[in-house]
Amino acid sequence: MLEILETYTPNLLDYSDEFIKSIYETLQMIFLSGIYSFIAGLILGTLMVVTRKGNIMENNLVYQIVDKFVNLFRSIPFVILITALIPVTKKLVGTFIGVKGAIFPLVMGCTPFFIRQVDMALSDVDNGLIEAAQSMGISPLGIIFRVYLKESIPALARSTTITCISLLGLTAMGGAVGGGGLGSFVIRYGHNRFYQDITYVSVVVILIIVSIIQFIGNLVIKKTSH
Amino acid sequence: MIQLIDVSKTFTSGSGTVDAVRDINLNIEESEIFGVIGYSGAGKSTLVRCINLLECPSKGKVIINGVDLTELDEKNLRKYRQKIGMIFQQFNLFASRTIFENVAFPLRYKGINNDEINKKVASLLKLVGISDKAKAYPSQLSGGQKQRVAIARSLANDPGILLCDEATSALDPQTTQSILKLLKDLNKKLGITIVIVTHEMSVIKEICNRVAVMKSGRIVEVNDVISIFKNPQAQITKDFINTTSNFSRIDELIKDNSSIVNLEKGQRICRFDFHGSNTKEPIISNISRKHDVSASIIFANVEVISETVLGSLVVILSGAEESQKSVIQHLKDIDINVEVIKSA
Repeated sequence: MLEILETYTPNLLDYSDEFIKSIYETLQMIFLSGIYSFIAGLILGTLMVVTRKGNIMENNLVYQIVDKFVNLFRSIPFVILITALIPVTKKLVGTFIGVKGAIFPLVMGCTPFFIRQVDMALSDVDNGLIEAAQSMGISPLGIIFRVYLKESIPALARSTTITCISLLGLTAMGGAVGGGGLGSFVIRYGHNRFYQDITYVSVVVILIIVSIIQFIGNLVIKKTSH
Repeated sequence: MIQLIDVSKTFTSGSGTVDAVRDINLNIEESEIFGVIGYSGAGKSTLVRCINLLECPSKGKVIINGVDLTELDEKNLRKYRQKIGMIFQQFNLFASRTIFENVAFPLRYKGINNDEINKKVASLLKLVGISDKAKAYPSQLSGGQKQRVAIARSLANDPGILLCDEATSALDPQTTQSILKLLKDLNKKLGITIVIVTHEMSVIKEICNRVAVMKSGRIVEVNDVISIFKNPQAQITKDFINTTSNFSRIDELIKDNSSIVNLEKGQRICRFDFHGSNTKEPIISNISRKHDVSASIIFANVEVISETVLGSLVVILSGAEESQKSVIQHLKDIDINVEVIKSA
């Protein structure tokens, strides 16, 4: 086994400690920024749906603010967003490099995308269900949790899977400008020193991460669709 | 019980305003089954939504058991809504929940303990006859079963009123019959007031006590169902009644000059409408026996509406002119409505 690795991936073995650390960092970034984005996206996405015209908590001002926020941040390419956010990141967490410095820009890059996904998922809930719940005297908050969110769990699982996978892409990009993880690892060795084995093995690892995310997502969708 | 006073609802959209419901005054009595019929766009669904304020009227009062719902704040309105059940054309069941949980939905988070909820849901499912489906999901049910679940759910809070918005329009005729029968039973058993919105006169005929006919947002005619069938006033009401029998065919046949309605000299085509008490007299036999006039039936229809018989006949009379006239006079005397459609 070790012989095979020595033959085909000599460079990777030289940097195996760093490789393991990079994988760990990537997972850390996905996990932390994923959780923050999920919570922020779910809240703001739901807010956007229920404050839209004609909906249960119609409020044009709130709707417009969230909508414009999403449009603004979705139109900034992520590499530029990280750079633009440096002063804010530094103020918030004290540094703008490494995993610690990457989380905030990742959340800012990922959340607007997820807000749109939540918006789409929740807007798909049949208006008749909302009307039925209203006719039973359910409060707006009850309708949000017991109808909107509950009924769109499969759709939200799908959105979360897609968002998670695109977040993985963002972490790699973050690596290019000072963040840690597999992205920065591949740029440092695979790209700058042209150790191609490092690039290929990293791709395989990322492929495995994507497959696991997709597998979990599919499982949740299957369990919750009726 | 339900009182609508000067209720109007205007929708404003980009291109202008639509008066969906105009100046409606209506009294619906306790424990009656009240129908609202009209074509699509007549405003009947909007009207029924004004009763539980799913649509807030632009003006007017909605008084239920003496309380004006339009004056209530959000929180109190929600409380009153729990006493007004509603079912829909598309059933509106929660796909992510089991049948049991769908019915339990209005009872949860109200401080009712689980045992009580279980008991209540079980009795509701039994009441609508689908106890065996408690663990199934809505997607596994047929349309009729889904509507039964929706009815059970709407009854969870023991409402005094049940609003039905085209509740049978998505169902086939047999299933429609069984759902209407269920509603009728519930009305009898629970004394619940039922308001039914429909575009099918057969639904009105089947279970309603009284009916309002709507056109362009207004009520053009309100009456008990028997009087409406016996003596419709507005043209639209007559059109609706025609949809329940084949009597409009006779007019078409006469217009097309069909051989069925070809008359020989001295014959005439008459329509007799009879009801209730005078249905017991054997009129056709008497016509031939007593007046020596023969009557050949070309159309006949008998309806039974809340145990009152309503019948219509279209016949070709032949015989001496004088005898025919005395037949017609005799029938009018015993309160049978006679209309001479064509004579030769």
